[in-house]
Amino acid sequence: MTSGWTWYVIAITVINLIGCVWLLRANTRRSPTDPKPDETGHVWDGNITEYNKPLPKWWINLFYITIVFSVGYLLWFGVGTFRGFGHWSSHKEWALETAAEDARLDDTLKLYAGKPIDMLAKDPQAVALGRNIFINRCAACHGSTGHGATGFPDLTDDIWHWGGTPHRILETIQEGRQAVMPAWATTLTAQGGPTAVDDTIAYVLSLSKPAQARDEASERGEKLFQTICVACHGPQGKGNQVVGAPDLTDSYWLYGSSKASLHKTLNEGRQGVMPAWKPVLGDTRTRLVGAYVWTLSPHTDGPPAGAVVAE
Amino acid sequence: MVGVEGSYNDKVIRQFSVMTVVWGVVGMLVGVYIAAQLYWPALNFDIPWLSYGRLRPLHTNAVIFAFGGCALFATSLYTVQRTCHVRLISDKLASFVFWGWQLVIVAAAISLPLGYTQGKEYAELEWPIDILITIVWVAYAVLFFGTIAKRKVKHIYVANWFYGAYIITIALLHIVNNLAIPAGPMKSYSVYSGAVDAMVQWWYGHNAVGFFLTTAFLGMMYYFVPKQADRPIYSYRLSIVHFWALIAIYMWAGPHHLQYTALPDWAQNLGMVFSLVLLAPSWGGAINGILTLSGVWYKLRTDPILKFLVVSLSFYMMSTFEGPMMSIKTVNSLSHYTDWTIGHVHAGALGWVAMISIGSIYAMLPRLLRLPKMYSVKLIDVHFWLHTIGVVVYIAAMWIAGVTQGLMWRATDPDTGTLTYAFVEALNATKPYYVVRVGGGVIVLAGMLVMAWNTFKTFRLAAASTEPQPLLAPDAADARA
Repeated sequence: MTSGWTWYVIAITVINLIGCVWLLRANTRRSPTDPKPDETGHVWDGNITEYNKPLPKWWINLFYITIVFSVGYLLWFGVGTFRGFGHWSSHKEWALETAAEDARLDDTLKLYAGKPIDMLAKDPQAVALGRNIFINRCAACHGSTGHGATGFPDLTDDIWHWGGTPHRILETIQEGRQAVMPAWATTLTAQGGPTAVDDTIAYVLSLSKPAQARDEASERGEKLFQTICVACHGPQGKGNQVVGAPDLTDSYWLYGSSKASLHKTLNEGRQGVMPAWKPVLGDTRTRLVGAYVWTLSPHTDGPPAGAVVAE
Repeated sequence: MVGVEGSYNDKVIRQFSVMTVVWGVVGMLVGVYIAAQLYWPALNFDIPWLSYGRLRPLHTNAVIFAFGGCALFATSLYTVQRTCHVRLISDKLASFVFWGWQLVIVAAAISLPLGYTQGKEYAELEWPIDILITIVWVAYAVLFFGTIAKRKVKHIYVANWFYGAYIITIALLHIVNNLAIPAGPMKSYSVYSGAVDAMVQWWYGHNAVGFFLTTAFLGMMYYFVPKQADRPIYSYRLSIVHFWALIAIYMWAGPHHLQYTALPDWAQNLGMVFSLVLLAPSWGGAINGILTLSGVWYKLRTDPILKFLVVSLSFYMMSTFEGPMMSIKTVNSLSHYTDWTIGHVHAGALGWVAMISIGSIYAMLPRLLRLPKMYSVKLIDVHFWLHTIGVVVYIAAMWIAGVTQGLMWRATDPDTGTLTYAFVEALNATKPYYVVRVGGGVIVLAGMLVMAWNTFKTFRLAAASTEPQPLLAPDAADARA
């Protein structure tokens, strides 16, 4: 902004304020030729008339006070390139407040620096902090209670796509995850004919219902599964936490278990994304979130819970 | 005595009065519906045309420009004829203004649910409708100022100053804010961008409040309060001071909508201080109206129309006090983006704008239809109490909800410096007040239905007697050659 514009703004501001003062002064004094307060000059529409009573004193003073305050405020806080005698700026105010909050936060956080999340999970204060961070950052996808949504894993069960050890959970939070389920429909159809996609779906659905009798379609699907899907989901469909391939034998379906949803998965693939939070939150706060997440799910000392179901 | 042959054009006023009531019911019904959607989101039935984002602008446009607009057309064209002692300059133009404005409203009611919008609050309508508005508005200006020009009295009554200022300023605001490059029959891009676009939008947005919803309705107040109370206006010189101060200062207040944003600090400073200076000029109008009742306060006991007018002025004083307070940066940092703002707007819109309009329509209708009074004065009183209670319930709910939100959003744990609540927790805390708000809205809407019934019955009473009313001769001392 040039000083020319500054002067322009200052000039019209001053003209407006002085105009108000002039208007007030001109109408509070009464000249001898003015109509008396109780005189009603003109008549409109039969019975509309006007007194000419003086302006209420308190109202005049209110008006003056706001004008005086405004002048003082603008001198202190500035107009245009004139920064004001208070040298205030919203940017400076923000920087000061942020610095103060950050300093306080650093004091809090240094207690927890570098600790593993299962250890922090035993400290109620750390878990409370983790929850604050979770509900303001993670709840948008995983829900305010951590129960997840379609495409966003439920964190309260004992199923982990990328591993449920303290180390793996922290890695997921800090570095993020990019799941890659390719679109397999074309390949499947080339190998197994027009019913290939339906067959594969029939087989995958049968994996989590071992008690039910297998039909022909799922028999055909098994062959396809064992040539293609096996690479990530394994010969028994138990998945692979190293690449984030879900266990297909449990009852949990990240994108739902309807045939329509499974069709979409095979036709278009799935690219679930967990963002990397370390660059946003820093090391200690991601550990605190991890501690809170750790408390959400049941933990046993045995092998990973996902592997124990069925059979 | 000057020549007084001829009669007033009351047809256009009757038309606008009826549509005020109709659009009032429609606009408030949409308001109640979307308020209910905030509590029961399933009420949009997954139909895009009924979604909140599309119906909310329909609600605001319907109550401001359809309900408020029709009330202003009706009362301004009534007032300008009565206080100039002449008929409107052209019946055809009057008719054009009425049908043109109805066309604008219908175009809004169709295009907004279909999702056509410029994305500017209170200026959502796309460019073809904007052009239609401009044409109708210019016709209105010609009609109004043309009638003033051929008035039979020397002095222009104060109500007409306010109506005049509103007509000129709305033209200016509408054209400047809606300048856009068309990119299709119902698509355009604003010529402004970034912070400049935001500033132009809120220069428009706040002056839509200032000139459409305040200055114009003060014009209404200046005619109907002294008329209904049968008392002289309290002070002519107060009219002068607050009129000029109001229209000069309002122009500056827009930036207070953009506190703590990318707008330069100094522009925010100006927006704040001029909002504070606005307090006295705003109250000037309310004082002039309320003190006009000195000596006749007893009339409130028997005249529910006067109750509407006086309570509207009380709400006006309240919301014009609240507004400057909310523009103070420290207060704004708490109130901005919360439901407090919604409460404030409705204190102004339902308390001030709707009540002065309703009171004025009740005062004007019998005079238009040559009846001594409305079909039922008792029902006016019922409407008054329904409306007052509904507004109080509504704004109290929004104050509590808004302050709760503001405090919860900013709350940090004193020990640790982390945010205490998630957004969704603040939403949860607000939820009960949303259902209270629906209740307030339903009560107000019930009042409007009472008005619709009363209006219908009054027209039935008058069906046979709508012959034109002869012009009233001006007072000899004030007559203009």
